[in-house]
Amino acid sequence: MYIYDDIDQRMVDERVAQFRDQTRRFLDGRLAEDDFRQLRLRNGLYIQRFAPMLRIAIPYGLLSSKQLRKLADIARRFDRGYGHFSTRQNLQLNWPKLEDVPEILAELATVQMHAIQTSGSCVRNITTDQFAGVAQDEIVDSFVWCELIRQWSTFHPEFNYLPRKFKIAVNGAEADRAATFVHDIGLHAVKDGDEVGFKVIVGGGLGRTPIVGHVIREFLPWRHLLTYLDAILRVYNRHGRRDNIHKARIKILVKDRGVDKFREEVDAEWAQLKDGPATVTADEIHRIEGRFTRPAYEKLADVDYTSLKTPFAAWLRRNVHAHKVPGYAAVSISLKKTGVPPGDATSDQMERIAELADHYSFGELRVTHEQNLVFADVRQAELHGLWLALRALGLATPNIGLLTNIISCPGGDFCSLANAKSIPVAEAIQRMVEEKRDSLDYLHDIGELDLNISGCMNACGHHHVGHIGILGVDKNGEEWYQVEIGGNQAPASLGKVIGPAFARAEVPNVIERLIETYLELRDSENERFVDVVHRAGVEPFRNHVYAKPDQRPADRRQALAA
Amino acid sequence: MPSLIKDRLIVDKPSPPELVVQPDDDLEALAGQLPGLAVVAVNFPKYADGRGYSIGRLLRERYGYKGELRATGVVALDHLQAMAQCGFDAFELRDGENAQAALAGLDAFSEAYQSSTAQSVPLFRRRAGR
Repeated sequence: MYIYDDIDQRMVDERVAQFRDQTRRFLDGRLAEDDFRQLRLRNGLYIQRFAPMLRIAIPYGLLSSKQLRKLADIARRFDRGYGHFSTRQNLQLNWPKLEDVPEILAELATVQMHAIQTSGSCVRNITTDQFAGVAQDEIVDSFVWCELIRQWSTFHPEFNYLPRKFKIAVNGAEADRAATFVHDIGLHAVKDGDEVGFKVIVGGGLGRTPIVGHVIREFLPWRHLLTYLDAILRVYNRHGRRDNIHKARIKILVKDRGVDKFREEVDAEWAQLKDGPATVTADEIHRIEGRFTRPAYEKLADVDYTSLKTPFAAWLRRNVHAHKVPGYAAVSISLKKTGVPPGDATSDQMERIAELADHYSFGELRVTHEQNLVFADVRQAELHGLWLALRALGLATPNIGLLTNIISCPGGDFCSLANAKSIPVAEAIQRMVEEKRDSLDYLHDIGELDLNISGCMNACGHHHVGHIGILGVDKNGEEWYQVEIGGNQAPASLGKVIGPAFARAEVPNVIERLIETYLELRDSENERFVDVVHRAGVEPFRNHVYAKPDQRPADRRQALAA
Repeated sequence: MPSLIKDRLIVDKPSPPELVVQPDDDLEALAGQLPGLAVVAVNFPKYADGRGYSIGRLLRERYGYKGELRATGVVALDHLQAMAQCGFDAFELRDGENAQAALAGLDAFSEAYQSSTAQSVPLFRRRAGR
């Protein structure tokens, strides 16, 4: 954890006081609803379908057990006793009362938390690799750079009213686990000799115009990071489109200008800012590093679990990840049990997880963009004990990377933007797997498969980069589901739609047919679903899914109408 | 007549600006006029149109404008501190905005992380060695 100093704490406390005053002015009628909307959004507060929704920031996904206990307490006192971990590593509460929100923010501030800039057209929570600091392929500890950027972006006076929301992802390892190519800005750490720098990727994004980002600088030395960000944001703030909300993201500006012209404009701006006072200092990097708590690792030997063939072994294989320190492992806690909305956790579970984090992982945990949790620093010798404890809580589903580890937005059950529900679709797919006689074997035999669901084209469920992506669409007031295949997070590729949309009840069957096609076509178990789509194309999948007469869209509609 | 706050005081009869900069104006083309001017306004056409913040900084930091820099248009209490950080020293409040109440908006935060017109040295350089 980055531990606040007195100034960091004061900023958050002053924000609470400011929002308390703004809320009071709104409730007194001294602040118009439209104006208050801008202010509440910048504190994470949406007015949703049934009630407000509060999005609490979990900067770069890192949490202490103390903070998690506070979140559990808030969810119980101010909400219905559960929270939803989102794909942007935040926590969403779905039922708080508007007039309680200043108090909730005050509670959060007591544990160095907030909801600053978790919505609205401003720089959002910085996201990163859930294995930062422990990965074997680490180049830098991305948390340190995320915190630097968090401070730079917090209340940035020039960039609080951008044309649209702005998402920055930082990756500090060889493998890209932060989806840097589908963010407004992606920063991928690289080393030139001993010098640390960043590959800068701009203009990626999902939503209704999914685009893979462009590298606009191969190597930006670390000390220029903030002046270069200032330059990009200034070009975007001044020239990004404000006349059409659907054309307002930076990806549209980059596309309209062309990458080379955009780069020239950024460089011209940067030439004026470079080496100025915002140039990062080594002192600051050391200061931030020094304020992070670090696990006191013991000298341990690796434990050999390879000969095991039990349910514990399945969990080891899927949910336990290599660690850079011998004798330790990182553990994914699956929030994807069948029947539970993906990413949801109850207050009771959060409190139990906090206890387990204290006991097994130095009192810290991470939230992943796949809506799971990670204990980053578990002694290998204690994995069995942790597994037993998680299993008792329903949190040991061995499905990380597999079909049932579904990423899903809250969808039409909660969100006022949604065209269709997402959570029941996720559950129906999980049930389809579970109802098979050898469901675990089926799941593991399919191997790595990311299935992502969004309830509308805003793509909060990242459906474009799922190996299978499902998008809820509205057709004359009815919920239909479009299916795409071949998307991938890293290296980034976008899925292709297989054909006409399906009714909700048909979706599990469609998934089953896609999997049948895959199993039929794969060369070996090592060729993943997405690899087969990239090799063989969409056609064989489409042919199989739409094969029988009763599966043709026209006939299906007739059958449904009858 | 809307209220004007200038240098933290409420001004009754402000002089009209000599130049009003619109959000999509070409600043390079305007730069030549700036040295002779005493009051330049920047228009904020909507509550959430943030282009004027960049324009304020550029007029001050790049083009060296030293006179009164006035925010005009949809200018309200909750905007003032960020505008001041971006180089504005005068605020022509929108109709109906209470000037006395709005003054408090200048002091919402006692510190800022970033380099800005008002404080070019970012917090991290001032924090060093603390």
